[in-house]
Amino acid sequence: MVLEIRNLSKSFGGLKVIDDLSFGVERGERLALIGPNGAGKTTVFNLITGVYPADSGRVFLEQSDITGLPSRYRIRRGLARTFQNIRLMPHLTVIENVMIAQYARAPGVRAMLQPVGFGRANRWRAEARAALAEAGLEAYAGEAAGALPYGIQKRVELVRALAASPRVLLLDEPAAGLNPAETEALHQALEAIARRGVTLVVVEHDMQFVGRLCSRVVVLNFGCKIAECASGEIHADARVREAYLGSEELA
Amino acid sequence: MSGYLESVLVLLAINVILAYAAFLPMVAGQLNLGVAAFVAIGAYSAGYLSNSFAVHPVPAALAATAAAGIIGWLVAFPILRTRGIYLALATFALNQLVQGTILNLNVVGGASGYPIPAHIGFPVVAAFSLAVIVLVFLAFRTRFGISVTAVSDDERAADLMGLSVRGLQSAAFTAGAALAGLAGALYAHHFNYIEAQNYGVLFSIYIVLYVLLGGTQTVYGPLLGAAVFTLLPELLRGSAAWRYVIFACLIIAIMSLRPQGVILKRSWFSK
Repeated sequence: MVLEIRNLSKSFGGLKVIDDLSFGVERGERLALIGPNGAGKTTVFNLITGVYPADSGRVFLEQSDITGLPSRYRIRRGLARTFQNIRLMPHLTVIENVMIAQYARAPGVRAMLQPVGFGRANRWRAEARAALAEAGLEAYAGEAAGALPYGIQKRVELVRALAASPRVLLLDEPAAGLNPAETEALHQALEAIARRGVTLVVVEHDMQFVGRLCSRVVVLNFGCKIAECASGEIHADARVREAYLGSEELA
Repeated sequence: MSGYLESVLVLLAINVILAYAAFLPMVAGQLNLGVAAFVAIGAYSAGYLSNSFAVHPVPAALAATAAAGIIGWLVAFPILRTRGIYLALATFALNQLVQGTILNLNVVGGASGYPIPAHIGFPVVAAFSLAVIVLVFLAFRTRFGISVTAVSDDERAADLMGLSVRGLQSAAFTAGAALAGLAGALYAHHFNYIEAQNYGVLFSIYIVLYVLLGGTQTVYGPLLGAAVFTLLPELLRGSAAWRYVIFACLIIAIMSLRPQGVILKRSWFSK
């Protein structure tokens, strides 16, 4: 398994947000993490990436225990993510945002002092520009990221995450707020990323999108795993229907 | 060159270094109200070296730069544990601490000031100032330059992108402290007399104003801010007593028209 969480729990104050959660992701798999609002999906991402420490349980990345690893080292191990509320650096340009993530591949003091600002000749800058061009975003390379429309920012965030050359990519609601054409373009882009061998873990509410992209689904409700099945079988599961629609008796 | 013009240019050269001393931590998201403390450390340690050990003023200035940098690095650890307004207050307190200590140090004259006979002339001051400008411009063309901005924009996301937030913040703070020390050493050896009373928090605030006026988004901002703060009061000399009032009004006007500073990213210069 490329990513595995075992018996993970997390409370905020008296509220148990994640309760004894376990699941694994195979290499090259596309897993969806779904559940109603407040089910704890983003918290799972935050625990995997080390935004907060888990109260108990363990996280494994490629068989090595990363539970206690400081968050900034996790991207260097090949674990990158996007954010539900886009977190580009608003005062950096688009291309600089992409270049920030490259650092994870070659960290250290010498890399920090490497010039990256001189024209197109610089290797890292050229690479970031090529990645933006591939995503059809080259025209925005020199714009301040904070000034761009929402849909563009979302696409830039994906390019940025990929600049770290992740083996596992966590996507937090990638299709939220996108129109049907943008959602289709996103689907194509993620298919291409998956074909390169990147494992995808997706939190998403758009079930049609999930059904097309992902092979397997883990369903959360109140921090517990209530179902785990192939994405085609999701509608047949009574517990999932109950979590989303309320119990059958009431309905 | 007339003596007056030369002394204005020396002040300009020193103020440019001071502006970058405040700019570096500010780009990393830290408001340092203790810049004057590091200026004082640089001025007094350079003066002490040249007075007591007959060190040539240029190596003394370089040693003073290192001393201010090392002290900056040491205090960065406790001080950078604080955030926002508390960080500003901690650096404010540091300024009081250093100033108070020097006032009580009789070996460097205490409250009666400290004469430093060894002289550094205008060309050397100007050369140091140019070197600082070039170094800062180069630094902001490296990964460090985009990384410190990333840290001040969004610490959490910067951390998850693999950047060492604390490392970058303390590096920026340390480099700023070292530059402040250099500026102090150059001032001490050019004007040949220093007084601890001058290195108070008000001086620190002036330096921060250079940067805020010019703008923190590009490396050109502090340059412009330092130039305006040095030259404008001189140009207003015609109106003698009222010049500081006019000057203050102009500052308020610029601040209200351009709260982000005069030079913004992707405006006239940078691309």
